Amino acid sequence: MNKYGGNAEAIAALVREAEVHRDVYVDPEVFELEMEHLFPNGWIYVGHASQLAKPGDFITATIGRQPVMASRHTDGSIHVFYNRCPHKGVKIASEPCGNTGKFFRCPYHAWSFKTDGSLLAIPLKKGYEGAGFGDTQANEGLSKVRNVVIYRDFIFARLSASGVSFEDYFGESLSTIDNMVDRSPEGKLAVMATPIRYMHTCNWKMLVENQTDTCHPMVAHESSAGTAVKVWKREQGDSTETPMAVQLYGPFMSPYEFYEQSGIRIWPNGHGHTGVANSIHSNYQDVPGYLDQMVAAYGEQRAHEILGEVRHNTVYFPNIMVKGAVQILRNFIPVAVDKTLVESWVYRLVAAPDKLYERALMYNRFINAPTSIVGHDDLEMYERAQEGLKSNGNQWVNLRRLYDGHEEQDVTAVINGTSERQMRNQFHAWAKFMTMDMDKRVEAAE
Amino acid sequence: MIDEKAITEFIYREAELLDTMQWQDWLDLFHPEGRYWMPLEWQQQDPVLQPSLMYEDLLLLKVRVERLAGERTFSQKPKSRCHHLLQAPRIVACDPEAGVVKTRTSYIYTETRGDNLERYSGWASHDLLEVGGAIKIKLKRVDLVNFDAPFGNIQLFM
Ligand code: FES
Ligand SMILES: [Fe+2]
Repeated sequence: MNKYGGNAEAIAALVREAEVHRDVYVDPEVFELEMEHLFPNGWIYVGHASQLAKPGDFITATIGRQPVMASRHTDGSIHVFYNRCPHKGVKIASEPCGNTGKFFRCPYHAWSFKTDGSLLAIPLKKGYEGAGFGDTQANEGLSKVRNVVIYRDFIFARLSASGVSFEDYFGESLSTIDNMVDRSPEGKLAVMATPIRYMHTCNWKMLVENQTDTCHPMVAHESSAGTAVKVWKREQGDSTETPMAVQLYGPFMSPYEFYEQSGIRIWPNGHGHTGVANSIHSNYQDVPGYLDQMVAAYGEQRAHEILGEVRHNTVYFPNIMVKGAVQILRNFIPVAVDKTLVESWVYRLVAAPDKLYERALMYNRFINAPTSIVGHDDLEMYERAQEGLKSNGNQWVNLRRLYDGHEEQDVTAVINGTSERQMRNQFHAWAKFMTMDMDKRVEAAE
Repeated sequence: MIDEKAITEFIYREAELLDTMQWQDWLDLFHPEGRYWMPLEWQQQDPVLQPSLMYEDLLLLKVRVERLAGERTFSQKPKSRCHHLLQAPRIVACDPEAGVVKTRTSYIYTETRGDNLERYSGWASHDLLEVGGAIKIKLKRVDLVNFDAPFGNIQLFM
C-alpha cells in the first residue's frame, strides 16, 4: 500500500475544515508517515531537568518511535542524542533513568562515550588504522539531536534539522508551563517518582483530542464521577467537609453550561487549552499555609494572579497535555496505529506543602491509571472508536460543533468552551507538519 | 478467638467472594477504616506521598462496586470476570490480642472481559483485625510483580 507516502495532496485531503477522514486513526501507512514527518517536525517533550540532577544522570525517551536519551554532562550541560551505539546500533541505555558515572559504555563491544555523547575510546583501536573510520558518522560518537531547548526545566527536542523554531512553535502556549512552575514558591518543579503508565489500544490522536472534549465528561463519566457524587451524598451523614477524593471527582459532572462559559483558548500550531475563565480544578479546598508562602515569594498581587489562573487541560501539539493546577503532564506515546502508551507524570512544587503533592498524586491515580475508573470510561470509548472506524458506511469523523462556516487558521482566540475548534486546530496543524517536508521528497523522487 | 486456621480460611473466603462477584459481602470484610492499596514502587512505604495505582478507603471501594453495576457503565458491557489462584497464605504475625495479624499470600490473578484475558502475578498482604469475634481487613496491599509495566484496564479487585 502506498497511497499516502510522498503524496502531500492526499494527506492534506484527509483533513477538511470540520471533518477528518478515518484513515488518520486507522491507516498503518498514515501512522508510518506520522513517524517520518509529523514527530520529527514537532517539538517533542523528552523529560524534565530535575531528572538529571547530577553529572552522569541520564533518562531515556522516544520521539515518535525513535529511542533517544538525555544526559547531564560533567560541565552541567544537558545533551540529547539518539539512544543507539554508532557501531552496530545497540541501545546504550535500557532503563528509564540512571547514572552512568563519567562515561557511557556500550555493552556489546565496549565503545565508550563521554556524557556529551562524543566518542571516548574504542578497544583495540589499531584495528581501525587506515580503515577510513575518521570519515564515518560513527567517529562523532552518539548521534546528537541538535535542536534542543530547555524551557523552565522542560526539555524539548526537534529531530528535523530545519523547521519551526521553538519560540515560533509554542509561542504564548508556554504560559501554561509558566503557570505550573510559578505555583512553586521557589519557581521550581521536581520529578520525584516514576509516571503512571497505561496502555491504550487506540490511536494516539484520540487521546489528544479527548483532552479538550468538554461534551463527554458528564456523559462518559456518569458511571465513575456520577457514582462518586451519588455515593458521597448518601454516605456523608453529618460530615461537613467534602473529602479530597470527592472534590476531585465531583466537578467532572458539571453541566454543559459550566463548560460553555469556562471557555477554550486556541493558539497557532495546534496548541490550545480548556478552562479559560475557570475550570474543574477551580474549587479545591485551600491548603493551609500555601497562599502565605506564595504571597511571601511573589507579593500579594502576583500570587493571586498565579493562583487565579486555573486552566484545565493544555494540549501541546502533537502529543502532551499539561495541567498546571494539579502539576500533571500526560505523554501520549505512539506505539502503533492502534496502540498508545500513556505516561502520566506528577511534578512536585518545590517548597510547597505536602498536601498539594498528595492531591496531585491522588488526581493522577484517579484519572490516569489502568486502575482508574475514569480511565476505564475513556478507554472504553477510544477502543469502541478504533473498532467502529473500520466501518465503511461513513468514512468521516465529524468535528463541526460551533463551526461557523469559516475559520482563520493559526490564530489565537478564546471561544465557547464546548466548541470542537481546538480539535480542528490540531488537525490543521497535523496536516501542516505532516506535509511541510513531503513535497521536497516528491521532487527528489522524480 | 481467631487462630491460624480461621485466618487462612478468611483469605480463601475473600478470594471466593471476589471470584463470585459478591461485592457487598466482600466490602463487609473491611474494617470501617480499612484500605485497599496497590503500590507503584518496589517495597513502597508511603501510600500518600509516593505514587500508587490504588489507595482507597471504603467510600471509594463502594463507588467502584456500585459503578460495576451501573446502567451506564459502558466499560462493563460486557462484564468483567475474575479468578484468583492463591498459594497457601503465610502468617507473618499473629497476635490478635495486640491487634496484629499479618498474612502474605502469593497469587496469580486473571481478569477477563469479552474475548480478552489478562493475567497478573503478585503478593497480597493482609493486615487483619478482630472485631467482635469477626476478622476484618485493616489493609489489603497488592504488590504486582510488574507494578511498573503499562497495563490496560484493570477493573476488578486482585
Ligand atoms: S554495538 Fe556498541 S560497541 Fe559494538
Ligand atoms: Fe474523559
